[in-house]
Amino acid sequence: MKYALLIYSPAGEVAGLDPDVTAEYMALSDHPACIAGGQLQPVQTATTIRVQGGETLTTDGPFADTKEVFGGYYVFDVDDLDAALELAARIPAARMGGSVEVRPLVER
Amino acid sequence: MLDRVFREQWARVVASLVGFLGDFERAEDAAQEAFAVAAERWPRDGVPANPVGWLVTTARNRAIDRIRRERTLAAKTRLLDRPEAVEDEVTDSLPGDIGDERLELLFTCCHPALSAEAQVALTLRTLGGLTSDEIAMAFIVTPETMKRRLSRARSKIKLAGIPFTVPEASRLPERLAAVLAVIYLIFNEGYGGRPDLAAEAISLGRVLTELMPDEAEAHALLALMRLHHARRRARFDGADLVRLADQDRGRWDADEIAAGRAGLDRAVALRGRGSYVLQAAIASLQTEPAIDWPEVATLYRELARLTRSPVVELNRAVAVAESGHPEDALTIVDALELDGYRYLHSTRAELLCRLGRPAEAADAYRRALELTQAEPELRFLRGRLAAL
Repeated sequence: MKYALLIYSPAGEVAGLDPDVTAEYMALSDHPACIAGGQLQPVQTATTIRVQGGETLTTDGPFADTKEVFGGYYVFDVDDLDAALELAARIPAARMGGSVEVRPLVER
Repeated sequence: MLDRVFREQWARVVASLVGFLGDFERAEDAAQEAFAVAAERWPRDGVPANPVGWLVTTARNRAIDRIRRERTLAAKTRLLDRPEAVEDEVTDSLPGDIGDERLELLFTCCHPALSAEAQVALTLRTLGGLTSDEIAMAFIVTPETMKRRLSRARSKIKLAGIPFTVPEASRLPERLAAVLAVIYLIFNEGYGGRPDLAAEAISLGRVLTELMPDEAEAHALLALMRLHHARRRARFDGADLVRLADQDRGRWDADEIAAGRAGLDRAVALRGRGSYVLQAAIASLQTEPAIDWPEVATLYRELARLTRSPVVELNRAVAVAESGHPEDALTIVDALELDGYRYLHSTRAELLCRLGRPAEAADAYRRALELTQAEPELRFLRGRLAAL
């Protein structure tokens, strides 16, 4: 099954990662079960759009201001939720005041 | 007679079907159909030599038929444009020997990715064989709420890929703790006055010790529940709670106490030192004719160290007081940050009373009364306050 591991960090703590921590993120990207992933630029770079009645509304900033911001993701292809949770627990953000949401992808 | 057979076999049949079909909803539906067929045929034709095998085979056949029907329908309406492997897998592996997969079932139902409420409900449904309506009644929610809760849990298991396995050794202690917590939660729900739920928890505990005979904490939890359950007939006088010291020991269930003590011995022999072992040891001491309070206090100290729970500290204080040291007990109680907890204040009141400080005791009783809703407890506290 494919799982998206969505990485949330406390607002303002995304930039300036320790080289050791960066290496941990890279190691997870290199994991054989990892099929996609990416780190997002800081939340200040976000632009949100909505289309209402055929009109596109563009606003500066993320879709919601929250204490934790979405900072990146991995997609892993593993046997089951336990395997996905184990990988999720290895993501540094999970122990550094952030959290990781694990969501299965719809299989097509 | 049939009812008893059904209750005993339900969990094994459902477990086997979940393992086979990989789908809780289909498994439960198929099991239910098979039991309905059995209810009709067994009284007429007699109970088959291997009831579980019969039920599983019948349920599997029904499930296969249903999957076929659904696929034919889907093909006809062209909703499904691509074949699935399900049918072939299903027909190729028809039952040989029916293994016992209840442990896999239990660990799946108690997976931490499910909410505690869902874990409890699903465990009672699949392992306990209670109906959704019975569980709703036990937890005082509407039948619709319980149906939704169960169906959300089944669907999460399926969509999120919660595995149907016994966790590997590295994860086992944590996952076993979750299973024990669910069983104890069910027991405690029952302890408040629904002995059927308490009995259900005991039966789950018994199954767990049979399936994991080397787990000390599993034996200890079962022992703990039995030792408490043994006093069920003496704990209430009508609707009123009766304190341990005032309970009529003639109404205690001696067989249950003996079984509880034997379970505790087994846990200790397995070198268990966990929180359920300590709690069972305390419960066992409290069924002795003369309670060894200093020993109870020592066990509570150990338990408090393990759990860091202020409620356990409060219980330790009671044991210290019973050992003849009410001043020390009051010192322990006054160090606790549990102001919103009614038993803190009722315990303080009792201690102040013993220390000959009735005015302060009365204040403490009043604070306890403010925090209490249950009528039997209110009556009890008012009685104590009036007697000062």
